Amino acid sequence: MEKVSVKVCLGTTCFVMGSANLQELIDIVPQKYGDKVDVSGVPCLGLCATDWEFSKAPYVKVDNDVIKEATVEKVLAAVDAKLGKK
Amino acid sequence: MAINTPPKQTSHLKREILVRLIKAYLSDNFEEATRMIPYDMRPKGSEVPYRCCIHKERAILRDRTIAGLGLSIENADDTELLSTLARKAEERTEIEKNPLTVLHTACQGCVPSRIYVTDLCQGCVARPCQSACKFGAIKVENGKSVIDPEKCKNCGMCAQVCPYQAIAKIIVPCENACPVGAIAKDENGLAQIDFDKCISCGKCVSACPFGAVHKKSQLIDILKAIKNNEKLVAMVAPAIFGQLPCTPQQLKDAILSLGFADVIEVAEGADITTKNEAAEFKERMEEGQKFMTTSCCAGYNELVEKHVPELKPFRSETKTPAYYTAEIVKKENPNAKTVFFSPCIAKRREATQNPNIDFVLNYDELGAWFVALNVQVTNFEGSDFRKESSAQARNFAVTGGVAGAVNSLLEDDEKAKPYIVDGLNKQSIRDLKKFAKNGVCEFGNLIEVMACPGGCLGGSNTINAYKPALKQLTAYVGESPEIKDVIKE
Repeated sequence: MEKVSVKVCLGTTCFVMGSANLQELIDIVPQKYGDKVDVSGVPCLGLCATDWEFSKAPYVKVDNDVIKEATVEKVLAAVDAKLGKK
Repeated sequence: MAINTPPKQTSHLKREILVRLIKAYLSDNFEEATRMIPYDMRPKGSEVPYRCCIHKERAILRDRTIAGLGLSIENADDTELLSTLARKAEERTEIEKNPLTVLHTACQGCVPSRIYVTDLCQGCVARPCQSACKFGAIKVENGKSVIDPEKCKNCGMCAQVCPYQAIAKIIVPCENACPVGAIAKDENGLAQIDFDKCISCGKCVSACPFGAVHKKSQLIDILKAIKNNEKLVAMVAPAIFGQLPCTPQQLKDAILSLGFADVIEVAEGADITTKNEAAEFKERMEEGQKFMTTSCCAGYNELVEKHVPELKPFRSETKTPAYYTAEIVKKENPNAKTVFFSPCIAKRREATQNPNIDFVLNYDELGAWFVALNVQVTNFEGSDFRKESSAQARNFAVTGGVAGAVNSLLEDDEKAKPYIVDGLNKQSIRDLKKFAKNGVCEFGNLIEVMACPGGCLGGSNTINAYKPALKQLTAYVGESPEIKDVIKE
């Protein structure tokens, strides 16, 4: 089965707008899903720089889906949905 | 509650406003761009995430923008346009003394703090609530307990004893968080800060779920100074090195890129504080004093001045790291303006009392500045600080760090026995009063006081969560030289 990939943007904008508080995902996700999910903090995904999109930061990518204004709960729900489909 | 986790949505909102304000200031038309902020954030037809209607959303965003401009929300007339206020902010030459302001339109939601009997009350036979109440405030009517508000003293005993947990203690988060009773609802139900009592610790800012307490930002004053080509020197307190995922050297370059002439570590001053405080501790112990408290935390210093003056004889006379750093910087550059980069609000009060510190910028404001200019801190190569400060000085930001630093300069037979006050609250203030009254602290002879749990890294205006911030700062401390080698030079 293909793994779900979770990329938490740790670029400066995302970090300031909230991904500082998403770092806990990097601990929580492996505990919860074991090796079914790959999670990592990544440099700027480039989603904030277009127009005024900083206000929707922090961004997290779950596979190819972009989660805006990400929270731990939103990300976990997205992972659950992916795993349900696979 | 975990250390320094302010409500995430309110800090997101506050930061977004700061970002927009900075962008507005740097645009062609600051006044008009400022006026548009509430409309840009809630354009026609947009979702109304929090309030009753789009108009109230905008009204509240307007008030938040006023705080971002560094003005008092209470004093701003409702009829004044944000554009007028933006001009006022740009034209002012002095910053406001009291660092906090309350947004009353956001504040009205809370019910007054009281004890409330819920529908879960079974009207039982035992009625422990009635017998537990020392004030005779509870009687049973129609099979339910009823509290007489005239007699109730909000002690909460009835809530504790109810076997059904049917009695709730309703709190007002800001009042509950304030360790000195400086914020309270007035007769109209709106929170008011009594600045004669307020120690600027910022706990109400973090506690309010509506984000109704704001700091008055000095961003506009700082941006203006840069625009006017004034020489600005950034003095960065050590907690900053835990805030963003980059190296201290990269952060220095990122700050320089904003228009600062130099970036100086406040740890330079912390080395001096440590040296003086260690000598002072030794002297006081030799004179027979039973204990001494530290003096570097601005929130604690305000507490002593306003509420516990009896602690003054026990508080170290040594100045804060910010004080020594600002003194050095001003001596070297008499024409420069200094900006203290701070994890907390309390340092704003210290700065107004120190002519060598011109402005204070909190870490969340620095973050907003980076966002506004789309600065990627990791894109900088990084350059060294002019002076290598010690591990002990850089560790001032962590609870226990100050006492540890002082001890590192004392000989084995002189070593202090530290007692750490890890966060000011009603209980720890009672303890401190007791130590002052008795002239002795049974738990130690060097009392380190930090207003925020965790130390400066737990400050209410930080960006990073506590654990990763601590990890990052500790790594920096680990590669720093010993204080004995630094102060020898």
